[in-house]
Amino acid sequence: MTGFRSVRLALGLAAASVVLAGCAGTAGAAPGSTGSSTPQSRAQGETLTVFAAASLTKTFTELADRFEADNPGVTVALNFAGSADLVTQIREGAPADVFAGADARSMDRLRGDGLVDGDPAVFATNTLTIAVPADNPAGIASFADLAAPNVDVVVCAPQVPCGAALPALEAATGVTLAPVSEENAVTDVLGKVTSGQADAGLVYVTDVASAGAAVLGIPVPEAGQTVNEYPIAVVAGSGQARLGASFARFVTGATGQSVLGAAGFGTP
Amino acid sequence: MAPGRGGSHDGRVTLGVPRWTLILAGAGALFIVLPILGMTLRVDWSRFGALVTSEAAVAALLLSLRTATMSTVLCLLFGVPMALALARSRFPGQRLVRAVVLLPLVLPPVVGGLALLSTFGRRGLLGETFEVLGIQIAFSTTAVVLAQTFVALPFLVLSVEATLRASGARFEAVAATLGATPGTVLRRVTLPLVLPGLVSGAVLAFARALGEFGATLTFAGSLQGVTRTLPLEIYLQRESDADAAVALALLLVAVALLVMLATHRPRGLS
Repeated sequence: MTGFRSVRLALGLAAASVVLAGCAGTAGAAPGSTGSSTPQSRAQGETLTVFAAASLTKTFTELADRFEADNPGVTVALNFAGSADLVTQIREGAPADVFAGADARSMDRLRGDGLVDGDPAVFATNTLTIAVPADNPAGIASFADLAAPNVDVVVCAPQVPCGAALPALEAATGVTLAPVSEENAVTDVLGKVTSGQADAGLVYVTDVASAGAAVLGIPVPEAGQTVNEYPIAVVAGSGQARLGASFARFVTGATGQSVLGAAGFGTP
Repeated sequence: MAPGRGGSHDGRVTLGVPRWTLILAGAGALFIVLPILGMTLRVDWSRFGALVTSEAAVAALLLSLRTATMSTVLCLLFGVPMALALARSRFPGQRLVRAVVLLPLVLPPVVGGLALLSTFGRRGLLGETFEVLGIQIAFSTTAVVLAQTFVALPFLVLSVEATLRASGARFEAVAATLGATPGTVLRRVTLPLVLPGLVSGAVLAFARALGEFGATLTFAGSLQGVTRTLPLEIYLQRESDADAAVALALLLVAVALLVMLATHRPRGLS
């Protein structure tokens, strides 16, 4: 039975080695990921980690560049993903200093867990609009046209920010849609439209602006009644609370508003 | 048979595997088992029953089983002849063809989805032809099956081809010299010979199809009962209800494990 016992011993050692290897890997690959309380300060300066909603990719990349130019020695590290993904990452201990979400719901979930420092500020608004392929194959001219038979409409699922506003929009227009697909992200909806796979999709006005000539935007007047608000806040326990608050002010300030406005975002 | 190689447990351990490989094997196994275990510990058991029997969950599971089965049938139908061509015949450009056929193994699934979109999409290479023929692929269950078959086919081809090469062509040659037609050789000699590889290949293909996510999301869309398979449902639930996502994930793991246990027996293991 000595053979059997040594196998068990080997397994125990192996378990320990995996855990140790895992710890070493974490420390090496993602410094500071053991907790948001340990800020990463490089030899030259400080790093501010900003978690921002995917729909902010272009604007926040530009804002980060400008913030870095205004604050020598500061590096802004950006992490873009769906708002719900970002909330999950922060809950699991990802080292975020600032969170900028695409809807109030995601911020509320963070606040519910006591992970928000101070009060969030709304820095932008976004509204839904119809996007169709550039040649508008189904001849869509209004929200009511989307309900016509043989029109393939793609929307966001009710669980994600861009889909959460849809029931209100349907109520305001009195038109109920029968979508062929409920996507996980607004970018997936846009992809189905730009590829011509769908006849129309409901996306944000900013998505139509950034998609350029590939899609055509068809305004929905009633969409103004269902505005999506983007909140920003410093994450509780951040070692860069002061710098984070400064970044949030920068986004809600004149520079931030002009960059966001140019991309099609509304002012709060 | 050498002495001391009886059926006891001790006998199996001392068959000639160096002890250090066992340590590494244990570490590797733990690397796979621990995350699954970690996920299981997150399951909210008080809600588990309700979460995995919700209308959306049941629809997703049934769709997944249905599409993965159809994909596996397609993989067998096309994959076995592909493996035969690769293992038993010689043609110019064979190595290149083999490499291309195995590409879905290394392609990120999203890329696979884009490739399918540019081919079978409404504005793709063949999309209009299908539309003229009255075949609707966009946002249909057919699109899910295409995406799953695309990523699963190489698993079946690899598995069957490897078995064909390992078994050699001697029996087939003998059968042919005895007057059997190529069809009879395939039916009576080759297929029975490679059956283990065929079964394990089919199981691998089924499991891969069951777990398909990226290509489906990119190519087929996501609608309950039509295109939203279990992996897509998990991804969606994670947006609003992490407990539901974990419960469904465990359901998927259980189904995959059952399929593997029931059918996947590597050769030499009774």
